[in-house]
Amino acid sequence: MVRFAVVVFPGTNCDFETERAIRKAGAEAERVWYKTSLKDFDGVVLPGGFSYADYLRAGAIAARQEIMEEVKEFAEEGRPVLGICNGFQILTEAGLLPGALRPNRVPRFLCRWVHLRVNDTETPFTSLYEPGEVIRMPIAHAEGNYYTDDPSKVRIVFQYSDENGNVSEEANPNGSVLNIAAIANERGNVLGTMPHPERASDRFLGSGDGLRLFRSMVEWARR
Amino acid sequence: MKWKVTVTVRLKEGLNDPEGRVIGKALRNLGYAVENLRVPKCFEFELESERPEEEVEEMCRKLLANPLIHSWEYRIEPVS
Repeated sequence: MVRFAVVVFPGTNCDFETERAIRKAGAEAERVWYKTSLKDFDGVVLPGGFSYADYLRAGAIAARQEIMEEVKEFAEEGRPVLGICNGFQILTEAGLLPGALRPNRVPRFLCRWVHLRVNDTETPFTSLYEPGEVIRMPIAHAEGNYYTDDPSKVRIVFQYSDENGNVSEEANPNGSVLNIAAIANERGNVLGTMPHPERASDRFLGSGDGLRLFRSMVEWARR
Repeated sequence: MKWKVTVTVRLKEGLNDPEGRVIGKALRNLGYAVENLRVPKCFEFELESERPEEEVEEMCRKLLANPLIHSWEYRIEPVS
């Protein structure tokens, strides 16, 4: 059975939910402290939270820890690397994904459900979605305002939209360039998402749409 | 040799600074004709180094700033 590491930094707080969602998707998952090695794992997930209290910039300090060298190797070897919320911030700060996540346009913490338009189903994380499908997941962040100086070079995976899939200014909760909510690297094996799929991994939570992200990832890692 | 270093990191021109906007608005509400308020970040530290300029530049690029969205400047003085 494929095994995923869920990396825990000081201040990470979505590790249990993420571990549970991966298990529900059919793989083994284990929470690992950031000073542990990642060998023996098939994929790595950086969950949400507030690593190092978000001091300096969200994700900046975690991105400079030694374990990230191993995460970079995972990425280079083409194995799956998923960053959720704070994990996405860590991946951009570490240079594994392009761009930066700035404080929200309205400078406050946003915690609510959003609609997302699935823009790219060719990644290992989105193969079980339909192109153009509208899904629901929650966001919970203060620094989710995605910026890049060249959006044409970014592989956009999810965009904030209304319930009909219209990618409009009104549907943009944080000011992200082109309503970007999730991106992948060029090869597709590194994904960063601000919305939390683990918090939408069961209908009892309000939506089961996020579970397919983990199922896609697990199915792909098995091959 | 020991140095006193002050680094200032600011958002690049043209990038929105939400914190600055809110603080500027609060000052305007108090009756001051404030415009374009920005909030740079300032770091002060002492550094033992034989090549302080080079090391401080490196620190900015590696951690203190995000080169995609920030510019930076620094002052390096000998500790008296």
